[in-house]
Amino acid sequence: MYDLIVLAIFLALGYFFGRYYETRHYKSIIRRETEYRHIAAIASRIPPDGQTAATTTLVSGNVVISVDYFKRFLASLRSLIGGKVVSYESLLDRARREAILRMKQRANELGANKVFNIKLETASISKNARGNIGSVEVLAYGTAFVPVDTPA
Amino acid sequence: MIVSNMEIIPGKRIKEHLGLVQGSTVRTKHVGRDIMASFKNMFGGELRGYTELLHESREEAINRMKQQAEAIGANAVLNVRFSTSSVTQGAAELFAYGTAVVME
Repeated sequence: MYDLIVLAIFLALGYFFGRYYETRHYKSIIRRETEYRHIAAIASRIPPDGQTAATTTLVSGNVVISVDYFKRFLASLRSLIGGKVVSYESLLDRARREAILRMKQRANELGANKVFNIKLETASISKNARGNIGSVEVLAYGTAFVPVDTPA
Repeated sequence: MIVSNMEIIPGKRIKEHLGLVQGSTVRTKHVGRDIMASFKNMFGGELRGYTELLHESREEAINRMKQQAEAIGANAVLNVRFSTSSVTQGAAELFAYGTAVVME
């Protein structure tokens, strides 16, 4: 009986805090994506001809983000019947966008306007006892181009 | 020392290839961070302790790679890649590798 009550409390806490953090995070992501729109993140390996830069620097951004108890519970239910696990989709979406934003932020600090050859790497950091994804790390890295003659 | 994950640097010519250089570090988190992380696992959200830890570790791996490149007389490392692998429960290896070159 007590176990059920504890579970219900954990689920409720997970649901409310998780939703609060996620909404806040998405707001912040959308705000910063508009802010850093002037930095082009380009996935091509080699820059187009005529692209000269004074300095090239490796920039990276990483984030470790965790899913809440409620969503983990939902995902474990979902694994019984199979199909799309929406609760982890938003987790990975947030993590990737956040990592790219942090990379852009570092590029912005250097005065770069382009980041080439972007690679994304995902690693699951801590696996809990049942083998579910507890938290994921996403690393985004690329080469920032600081233009030679910045327009005055 | 130029570190880049591209194969070329526009406007600069590669004079000599010196081969692969690498740097790695194995890190584990301390108990305090672990406890904080398990709380966060309940509520969801970013695990700042881990983010910082992994960021610092990657810097360390890059530094070791740079040292190796310097030791063999390179002035740039190109085509840098990162890789992460978990060695045991709670410990992660962060690995950076690239090609050491001499640029003009």
